[in-house]
Amino acid sequence: MARFVLRRILLALPALLGLVVLTFVLSRVIPGDPAATLAGDAATPAQIAEIRAQYGLDRPIWEQAIVHLRQVLTGDFGRSVFSGRPVVEEIAFRLPATLELTFAALLISTVLGVGLGLVAALDHNGPVDHLVRLLSVGGLAIASFWLAIMLQLVFSMELDWLPLRGRIDPTLGAPPDITGFLLLDTLLAGRLDLFWSALRHLVMPAVTLALPGLATIARFTRSGVLEALQKDYVLYARAAGYGRFRLAAIYVLRNAITVTVTQIGLLFGALISGAVAVEAVFDWPGLGTYAVQAILSSDYKALLAVTLVVGVVYAVVNVMVDVAQALIDPRVAEEMS
Amino acid sequence: MNDSPMPSPLLAVEALSVHLRTDAGLARILDDVSLTVPPGRTVGVVGESGCGKTTLMRAILGILPRSAFVPRGAIRFEGRDILADRAASARGRIGFVPQDPYLSLNPVFRAGDQILEIMRRHAPGTRRDHRAKLIELFRAVQLPDPEAALEKYPHQFSGGQRQRLLIAAALSCDPALVVADEPTTALDVTTQREILALLRRLAAERGLSLLFVTHDFGVLAALCDSVTVLYAGRVAESGPTRAVLDDPRHPYTRLLLACHPDRASDLTGIPGTVPAATAQPAGCRFHPRCPIARADCANAPPPLLSLPGGRSIACPHHADALPEPALA
Repeated sequence: MARFVLRRILLALPALLGLVVLTFVLSRVIPGDPAATLAGDAATPAQIAEIRAQYGLDRPIWEQAIVHLRQVLTGDFGRSVFSGRPVVEEIAFRLPATLELTFAALLISTVLGVGLGLVAALDHNGPVDHLVRLLSVGGLAIASFWLAIMLQLVFSMELDWLPLRGRIDPTLGAPPDITGFLLLDTLLAGRLDLFWSALRHLVMPAVTLALPGLATIARFTRSGVLEALQKDYVLYARAAGYGRFRLAAIYVLRNAITVTVTQIGLLFGALISGAVAVEAVFDWPGLGTYAVQAILSSDYKALLAVTLVVGVVYAVVNVMVDVAQALIDPRVAEEMS
Repeated sequence: MNDSPMPSPLLAVEALSVHLRTDAGLARILDDVSLTVPPGRTVGVVGESGCGKTTLMRAILGILPRSAFVPRGAIRFEGRDILADRAASARGRIGFVPQDPYLSLNPVFRAGDQILEIMRRHAPGTRRDHRAKLIELFRAVQLPDPEAALEKYPHQFSGGQRQRLLIAAALSCDPALVVADEPTTALDVTTQREILALLRRLAAERGLSLLFVTHDFGVLAALCDSVTVLYAGRVAESGPTRAVLDDPRHPYTRLLLACHPDRASDLTGIPGTVPAATAQPAGCRFHPRCPIARADCANAPPPLLSLPGGRSIACPHHADALPEPALA
């Protein structure tokens, strides 16, 4: 298994290298002159040229690419053109917020999606099945920014059950900063009041972000279970006298879930891009809002770093998905090694 | 053949009918089928595809599809009606060897764990007892390296080995009866022989009854004490295997045996096809294809006539000779 994991990681590296080079080239060929943005509206051409030389923007593009690659490999992402602070610092602050949000959404969509898909399949063409199907279609059809606003209207403005925006109640004092994951940090610090506040802040953004994924996972689980139920080994297990619960919840689900797990890997990309809209509505200080700001201000250094970080997270999640596949189905590990 | 009374049956299928609700209407899969399996005997059920063999087997195993229902009849196992009384379910006491060893084990669980789960539910003792017993069974079915086999996944065994695993599974809860559904069709010829020999030996050693569902007369002759021939969901003929094979009486059995490549000089086949279960002909279900059918054959289902030697035949005209072309 260790060899298998190592192999998957090595396979991810060329993809990440390609990502670094490609995003760099793209950032340099799209319209917009970072030097001009940086210099400001009142700058003279001479000042712009000076800034261009200072940032190495006057060099040939391949030379810039090599310099960029070398910097990335040493963990140097430069300073934000916009704020002047090191990009690494800014991302280190915002990445945990986005990861906390996406993992919470992933957890909700996986647990509920698998559960609903299983229940729907066992009630094939029954009322529960129809209800879950309706929910799946709805979950994919509803735009997340609309849902976010509706949730805010109902649960914050109308009922006042949940906080409107942000990650935590600022009046409770500054949260401890250990890992950047608020739920974890507040627990580690033993501050249950802060933990509760962070959890309440997380509910609506996470639910909003989870809904499309939940719909997808429920659909794939449902069809996976229905397919597995038709297999000879299910008939055989019934003949051999397996219990109903074990048959459905363990025996069949483990076969059905391989398709679902693949989907979870793909979904993660959608979750991160979906986080942009959700973070904007809920004023969540994550990578999504940071990226939007970087795009609007032609902050190419920040943008390159965000793209790479998201790429790395995506690659890591997909390695985890492959490992999960191999753990679920022993044939996968053998085929791949 | 002597007429000594058979011992009281272990399994008795009594005038069983199984119907199925389908989009095309009511499918009468089985009608009025009776069959007994005495203790320690091997009984074969034979017929073409679609004759109801599989449904009969599923009824005995308690895994009829949801759309199926039983308008008449009973299945008694060790004296209890296992169809009417689900609590008296014979799981564990009836072992099952499925047709396809490649598809009958779940690929994502260890084969040994799948069998241990059956034992956990239906055999007394602890998991440790079960493991010890399973290793012993693996040895009995001649699976190489029994201890290591417990840790392997299904795809790590060959087809023949998987069928041995499934035979071990069928025996794992000390059954009185083993139902085998063409357990050799998915295997190559040499493996087939080994598996059949193994089944015969195990049945003899353990005093097991076997109910063997097959379309292979060679298997039938090699293994079964008696045989029941099904046609379109009804019993056509039954009796001791030797007698039925040597001297078939029902026109269907006679034609079927003539079709068998080992016996016929050339492959004749029976004209026509097995009727759809939703459109069974009135009277004798074989009469549209029967070379000796008479007008009265379409009136009412022929009763099962008892003949000497423990045979029965569902054809009042069984003494008539078949016309030559039919037995070409």
